[in-house]
Amino acid sequence: MRRSRFPFIVTLAVLFFFYLPIIILIANSFNASRFESGWQGFSLMWYKRLFHEPEIWRAAKNSLFIAAGATAVSLVIGTTAAVALHRFARSRLQRFHFGLVYTPLVVPEILMGISLLMLFVAAAVELGLFTIFLAHVTFCISFVAMTVLGRLQDFDESVIEAARDLGAGWWATTRRVLLPMLLPGLVAGGLLAFTLSIDDFVITFFVAGPGSTTLPIRVYSMIKFGSPPLINALSTILLVVTFAAVAASQKLSRTRR
Amino acid sequence: MKRESRRSIREVLVSLPSLFWLSLFFIIPTLFVFAIALKPANPYGGIGSGWTWDNFRSLASPNYLIVAWRTLWISVLSAAVCIILATPIGYYLARVSARWRGFFLMLIIVPFWTNFLIRIFAWKVLLHPEGAIKKALALSGLISPQASLLYNAGAVVLVTVYTFLPFTILPIYAAAEKFDFQLLEAARDLGARRLQAFTKVFLPGIRRGLITAVLFVFIPALGSYVIPDIVGGPSGEMIGNKIAQRVFVDRNLPQASALSVVLILSVLAPLLTVLVLQRKKEKPEALL
Repeated sequence: MRRSRFPFIVTLAVLFFFYLPIIILIANSFNASRFESGWQGFSLMWYKRLFHEPEIWRAAKNSLFIAAGATAVSLVIGTTAAVALHRFARSRLQRFHFGLVYTPLVVPEILMGISLLMLFVAAAVELGLFTIFLAHVTFCISFVAMTVLGRLQDFDESVIEAARDLGAGWWATTRRVLLPMLLPGLVAGGLLAFTLSIDDFVITFFVAGPGSTTLPIRVYSMIKFGSPPLINALSTILLVVTFAAVAASQKLSRTRR
Repeated sequence: MKRESRRSIREVLVSLPSLFWLSLFFIIPTLFVFAIALKPANPYGGIGSGWTWDNFRSLASPNYLIVAWRTLWISVLSAAVCIILATPIGYYLARVSARWRGFFLMLIIVPFWTNFLIRIFAWKVLLHPEGAIKKALALSGLISPQASLLYNAGAVVLVTVYTFLPFTILPIYAAAEKFDFQLLEAARDLGARRLQAFTKVFLPGIRRGLITAVLFVFIPALGSYVIPDIVGGPSGEMIGNKIAQRVFVDRNLPQASALSVVLILSVLAPLLTVLVLQRKKEKPEALL
């Protein structure tokens, strides 16, 4: 039976659609022209200009700071949630617990942003880096919990029973058996939380006070009011950094296996 | 008996951190949105005292109704385009050899490592009156030189499809990978034409993947805010923009809450429909 070539053609066309804007953006970052109206020669001027923008570096520092904190806290809370969901799977409490952990994943970001804003306004909490941190922990918990839960469901329960039979207590079993086996799941969940936190714009925008700028908020105000070539250069740098990070993490996970 | 109670104490202890955090920062804030939607606004951008339905009454103005209708059709159209494009891709990925499959999956995921805002910005540049696409289309005579590709609902649909297409390809591919392709050959042997076999055998076979894929575009599209904000202009505004305007422009938090209540209910409707339908048909299982 001859297979249709149609699916292959659609796949190629969609890949072209995926890469076109990004390739043009990278090319434009090296374009000497101020406006995107044609090629005026290769130049690194936008990159040089970028280094003289202290706002961007302050925003990047805030982003890293929040992402590190949110990752640490959500990793602890998300992992305990996953352990509870796995260990006591069928209880009524865990059915409610699962719903509570799962729902933030399907709710549009703007709803989480506005509801947290209402909470902070009603409780008269001053908006700033701290409220951004609280918001980021909240959405990261669900992603960490689901990642770690997936890992827990894959593994062999009998190892834990064996440890118990051999006289290991609850703490020893957790520290010596459970945590090492969970490590790849924890690394994956942590990386996910970190990238989600670094990348988040919508929720952050709602709970950020004046002056508490993260990198995506800075990028947004540059898109709205700033100079396009600078964003091209910044985007290209961010792209290179993400590619390097993902490539490194994949290499790490491959050698561990 | 003693063991049982110790077990349940341990269960509560391990569940407590996430139950506490998500109750405080997810359930309670959502309840606040419902409560504040029923409060009057005060002139200083705060929340007045007493209770009122006014915030919901003012949603009936033509201004909001137009935006609600636009939000709905943009989301439906984006989901439809995503499914039409993702289904052949999922089919192709499931049938191609393992090596090529890994390569193509990688190619599909890589562009989405870039920041969400930057991808939208890249489209703003492309669609710009001075941008490449506009110039090419105008030169080839397909559009008039005065036509604008940017700042309309069409641009919002285009960028929404761009943003969510990978999230529809992956569940469709996952379902297609489990599909038994011999069924297609059997259908052809029994005299079905190619398209018939595809629509009558393949599509029902990957139904679950299709449903998940639709939800992955439709729900976030309903709550879209950044995409219409950057490429939509006034004629591409959605509910999300109205919520943001009430918060950031005229600081009317009760009105923003009332809009959010509408959005929460319209997100819950398709989710609950799918859950109820699936519970009837097969044993319940997580959607993801």
